Amino acid sequence: MSEINDARSTAGQWQLAWIKFRQNRVALVSGVILALMYLMTVFSGFLAPYGPDHRFARRAYVPPQGLHLFASDGLHLPFAYGLSQRVDDTGRTLFDHDPNIRHTLQLFARGDTHSFLGFETDLHVFGIEPTAEDGLFLLGTDRQGRDLLSRILYGARISLTIGLIGVTISVILGAVLGVTSGYFGGWVDELVQRTVEMLRAFPQIPLWMALSAAIPPDVDQITSYFMITLILSLLGWTSLARIVRGKVLSLRSEEFVMAAQLMGASHKRVIFRHLIPGVLGEIIVVATIAVPTMILAESALSFLNLGIRPPMTSWGVLLQEGRNLTTLYFHQWLLLPALFIVITVLSFNFLGDAFRDAADPYTE
Amino acid sequence: MLTYIVRRLLRLIPTLVVISIMTFIIIQLPPGDFFDSLQAQLAESESRADQQAFDALRRQYHLDEPLWKQYLFWIGGCVQGDFGYSFEWRRPVADLIGERLGLTFVMSLGSLVFMWVVAIPIGIYSARNRLSWSDYSLTFVAFIGLCIPNFVIALIAMYASVFWFGGSAGGLFSQEYKYAAWSLPKVWDLLGHLWVPVVVIGAAGTATMMRLMRTSMLDVLDRAYITTARAKGLAERWVIYKYAVRVAINPMISIMGMQIPQLVSGSIIVAIVLGLPTTGPLFYRALETQDMYLAGTFLMLLAILLLLGNLLADILLALVDPRIRLE
Amino acid sequence: MTATPRDTVLEIEDLKVEFGTLEGVVQVLRGVDLTVRRGEAVGLVGESGSGKSVTAMSVLRLLREPPARLSGSIKFHGTAAGTPVDLATVDPGSEKMQQIRGNDIAMIFQEPMSSLSPVFTIGHQVAEVIWLHQDKSRQQAHAEAEEILQRVGIPEPARAAKQYPHNLSGGQLQRVMIAMALACEPTLVIADEPTTALDVTIQAQIMDLLQELRETMDLAVLLITHDLAVVAGFCERVNVMYMGRVVEEGSVLDIFQRPSHPYTQGLLHSIPRPGQQHKERFAAIRGTVPDPRQVPQGCAFGPRCDQFEANLCDRAGPVEAVQLGAGHHARCYRTDKVTHGG
Repeated sequence: MSEINDARSTAGQWQLAWIKFRQNRVALVSGVILALMYLMTVFSGFLAPYGPDHRFARRAYVPPQGLHLFASDGLHLPFAYGLSQRVDDTGRTLFDHDPNIRHTLQLFARGDTHSFLGFETDLHVFGIEPTAEDGLFLLGTDRQGRDLLSRILYGARISLTIGLIGVTISVILGAVLGVTSGYFGGWVDELVQRTVEMLRAFPQIPLWMALSAAIPPDVDQITSYFMITLILSLLGWTSLARIVRGKVLSLRSEEFVMAAQLMGASHKRVIFRHLIPGVLGEIIVVATIAVPTMILAESALSFLNLGIRPPMTSWGVLLQEGRNLTTLYFHQWLLLPALFIVITVLSFNFLGDAFRDAADPYTE
Repeated sequence: MLTYIVRRLLRLIPTLVVISIMTFIIIQLPPGDFFDSLQAQLAESESRADQQAFDALRRQYHLDEPLWKQYLFWIGGCVQGDFGYSFEWRRPVADLIGERLGLTFVMSLGSLVFMWVVAIPIGIYSARNRLSWSDYSLTFVAFIGLCIPNFVIALIAMYASVFWFGGSAGGLFSQEYKYAAWSLPKVWDLLGHLWVPVVVIGAAGTATMMRLMRTSMLDVLDRAYITTARAKGLAERWVIYKYAVRVAINPMISIMGMQIPQLVSGSIIVAIVLGLPTTGPLFYRALETQDMYLAGTFLMLLAILLLLGNLLADILLALVDPRIRLE
Repeated sequence: MTATPRDTVLEIEDLKVEFGTLEGVVQVLRGVDLTVRRGEAVGLVGESGSGKSVTAMSVLRLLREPPARLSGSIKFHGTAAGTPVDLATVDPGSEKMQQIRGNDIAMIFQEPMSSLSPVFTIGHQVAEVIWLHQDKSRQQAHAEAEEILQRVGIPEPARAAKQYPHNLSGGQLQRVMIAMALACEPTLVIADEPTTALDVTIQAQIMDLLQELRETMDLAVLLITHDLAVVAGFCERVNVMYMGRVVEEGSVLDIFQRPSHPYTQGLLHSIPRPGQQHKERFAAIRGTVPDPRQVPQGCAFGPRCDQFEANLCDRAGPVEAVQLGAGHHARCYRTDKVTHGG
């Protein structure tokens, strides 16, 4: 036990934080989940059985189809049943398993072409023989007969990256302005402070809604993606700037800064070598908590038709399908994208909490 | 105290001016105006779009004037209580917002009460039983509440209300009471419908407050004056409620001022999903159609509410904590 | 001097307290014996970590149990009924305990600035203890509170009663704490480092006040402190604690003029004296207080002791008390070396 104490007493600030972080098992699991999620977005083309716009005629609103191992004639490799339609007395279309048609699951199947790092390929991790009518609908299909799992995987690209990019912009803006404002003081500080105050005078959601509504409808999807990201990070940087400024102000009066300045260090050196490492911990914590806020905001805006435009898709866009109560009643699986949102946001929150605990050396 | 309030209110005025300018700019950002989109709609349905008629309307509402003039027209009116005209509804903005504002506030206040009634006792309980199974599960539930998007909660709540409890889908009133005069049965009907939006809107705030109260209690329970209270012979119940909660609740009270504007803003999306006759869906529609005075006025009102909420928070804290001196 | 045997008010016998931590059970008190007689001023001295505060808190069962666990006995003879009570066996949350706290045994704490609630007035907090234990109305309790504030030397008590703790200075707040403690005329007052957080001049005032009140009210006082000067000026008898045990006990004269345990001797020698030569180093006790999770076998002070003898001082088992004189004993194996003055 004394060995641990020895290691602790000689460890640097970052090592201490790492040791503490490692002890938080929930955070570690969250970190792994998030890593897998982001990996998923890179390889979504391969993981998704189909492209996001592959419509299956006459396969609208198919419930999630599992894979089966047993059929009437014994054990098989995992397969999906073919489907036959019928209409019930209320006019609804229902789907039954057709026991005569079986599609075996294939690994490294060929399917829709997608691009990866500039290359075109039609390789997928798993899938079934391409057929005209049936498909592998592990999570069901939507109103236009598109496989929900594939759309969720492609939607992940937008939902997960908007958060990261938005927060990166916020962090850069917030850190730069916060440090400048706190370090130099004077009119620079006043200007930044007033701007922050003005931006914060508006409640977030209505402001986001109003700004998103301002995006011209004829703008292409890539540009609108970036504009949405910009809008979301516009309010985010203010809280970071305030925190950074506060930390800089308290650090600035500490003796080690005075010592550095007395030794003739330039402003740039003081800022980069001394102040920024001091605030880095806080920035990481705030940034980690800010990402889920952005993800939730994007999903809300997209749900309201103010965010991502088709044919681009995000988890928020996918949830639009559930807006009609009748639709939702009959096709509950359309809410599945929400599960992904929750898992992502939960993981980020656990991670952020763990970072905060690790950075504070006084809590046991 | 009164002089402090007056001083703060006076200091708000320049901020208000800037906010009104910013709001106006934001509202003007979308290209074109209401009549452009109306023209486009009419063109789609192949009705006659009389250019002259539209130009006349534009002149009537000063839409052909330079922006700064438009702003002055609008702000001049605002000061006198005339917040402009809604092109879509063809009524003064003040009337439109006014008739929905009451319900919006009732809903937000209801959420506030819900949040406090649920979160405070749970926070106290969590702190007293820290690190127990119930504490962990309550924290987990709180986390989940924070992580589900509120429109999803709204969808699920609506689903539950209709298919599990036999309520009606959305809206704040049943069909027969919708346009009826106010009466006791109507109030009862409202309450029956109100619980769904109140719970949904309050969900995220409740979760945050639960954790805040827990943290605050844990901090206070470690203080020396709690030990002194015990050493005096006070029963544990009194120690917790008279000494611990009384101090731990102060941070909560100070955020109460901010909670009201936050609830009003947070209710917008929920109101849209649930189809409630409050200001939220009005704002949303105004954004879609570029009904700019309606959208702008509402946005500005929200900002003002936020500023007032800030002031209220400071005043409340000074009232409950004798250590705070208002300068 | 003839020692008239006075009634025993508090008798702590073999008090053991352990704490359950994430890394295991830690023994904080390893068998404390301590007595206080009626009207007596007893001191409990030791360094930080010796367990003196834990001992004080244990009497009124103010420790959080669990993780703390008590064993042993704490016999109190000072209730109004006169029947002895073993406080170690009473349920800390019971009404019985609540009746004793603040009423028969009162406590004064170290940091007066944070020991009073910031949201209630001084008058309210003092009146509360009166109103809690005595059958009096609120107005009566308030009036009495003002009286006792006057008695402890608070100027303009009526005005002070309406003020909040943050309006008063540390010294005044400690007077308020004393007022609160004495409001119900307890038999025993436990003062846990009452002057440590105060200026030296205020310290003297507070100790004078305690002395005067003790005499007029026939109070027994158990004074916990690390400051030997305060002990010398106030206490009649002294207990010296090290690592959860009382290692020497005697009259204040015994301890200061005839310290017998090497630890006590070390403590007294380490006090800097005026006139000490500048070149002489401070006589500190060598080594540091060991981790309570790794107590040395045998005598806990052994590794730091100049009189340490292998196979004697480190043999297993608790060190028994050796009688050195009337009412003076020490726990040490080196009785041959442990003569008066060492």
